[in-house]
Amino acid sequence: MKRTKLLAAIAGIGIVVVAAIFVAADHIDAPAVAGSESDITDFYAFQGQNTDNLVFVTNVQGLLAPGSTDQAEFDENVLLEINIDRDNDLVEDLVIQMIRRNDSMYFFGPVEVGSNNTGLTSMIDTDAVRNSVKISDVGNVETSENNGMMFFAGPREDPFYFDFEQYNEVIAGNATGFEDPGTDTFAGTNVLSVVVEVPKSMLGSGATGANPLMPDTPIYNTWVESKRKQ
Amino acid sequence: MKFSKYITISIALVASLAFVQCSDDDDNVIIADATCNDGIQNGDETGVDCGGTACGPCATAFEGTYAQEDQMGRPGINTVFGTDGMKDEFNVTTPSNMGTQFQPDFEDKLLALNPGYTTNALGLDATTFTTVLASDVLWVAETGTTSYFNGTQVLTGRTLQDDVIDISLLLIFGGPDGSENPMLTSDFVDSNDANFSASFPYVVAAN
Repeated sequence: MKRTKLLAAIAGIGIVVVAAIFVAADHIDAPAVAGSESDITDFYAFQGQNTDNLVFVTNVQGLLAPGSTDQAEFDENVLLEINIDRDNDLVEDLVIQMIRRNDSMYFFGPVEVGSNNTGLTSMIDTDAVRNSVKISDVGNVETSENNGMMFFAGPREDPFYFDFEQYNEVIAGNATGFEDPGTDTFAGTNVLSVVVEVPKSMLGSGATGANPLMPDTPIYNTWVESKRKQ
Repeated sequence: MKFSKYITISIALVASLAFVQCSDDDDNVIIADATCNDGIQNGDETGVDCGGTACGPCATAFEGTYAQEDQMGRPGINTVFGTDGMKDEFNVTTPSNMGTQFQPDFEDKLLALNPGYTTNALGLDATTFTTVLASDVLWVAETGTTSYFNGTQVLTGRTLQDDVIDISLLLIFGGPDGSENPMLTSDFVDSNDANFSASFPYVVAAN
């Protein structure tokens, strides 16, 4: 009796959570952007191979099948904007703006944001340092480097991993939790990826106390936005 | 005589072209033709030293106002804690407004997902945990190792290798010591199907 009740409760939890996580991380996270060129699938920020640098990876347009990946394009009307807040007021102090023109991805910044250019609408700061990289295709990797910054844009294997098949099983009521071992549903799929590596010296100092779990570590608050030309 | 004069002029021209190309170190626009740096609009340029087939786009090519459609800091936040009807709104809310606007909903959602939630492995009660998560920014350490969680570093970045799904499941379902709901605290996919590169661009070849 009790055991059955408990199992039912856990099964109920399982259905809710897996349904909620769905094809996370941010793949098709909301109705308005799902499946569009502005749908951000993932955002990574980490210390580079050169530990004086930080790396930002922005992925869009997830679940590309191998056969059709070379047909996927960055949208010239979609600006990708990396936001960096270094004083922990949750307002961006610096941005890196990234947008395609013709066969290349253009990068502006990192540049300080004027107080009238923060938030939900942006203009591209064409006075900022401009860099570019030719967009790669599946078989041909193009990178560029300038002033210690490095740039890449093009299709890549989706680095995200999650058992989505088991989700279907739980949703269908055929399972009460995940299976051990699980199966990576994202194996074999691709995304469009933009990678920029930046010397930390270009970003200034982060804020201690921003992360209460690591209060002595200076932290940047970072996030990425996609914005469409009006 | 004439011939040697012609050669002299040619050498001067070549030299000046080479000089112009080498002097372009102030940005990374690929100069396919020296006319892209001569200070006048010529060839098929659409502005001075920009546009056309040889030069980089003019500043005017980047004009306009761009309005937000999607936003992401930490992985899975909107997907897990968003509810129908608020997910689109979350994507067009600035991080500075997210806490006030969405923390109560996030807390309700957390307790709906796991009615038995008390605290998690980080010692955060439901209100504190969802307060952290509602402002959807990714914390990145200015110095030292970056990791979503590696046993020592807690939310100091997100590497390609980090198993963010298991970390999130554990914090939502695992209880104070991570032992609760064992079949919901991991998807048992422990790594990506391809190995990442140790060097730029880190993400690896498409399938």
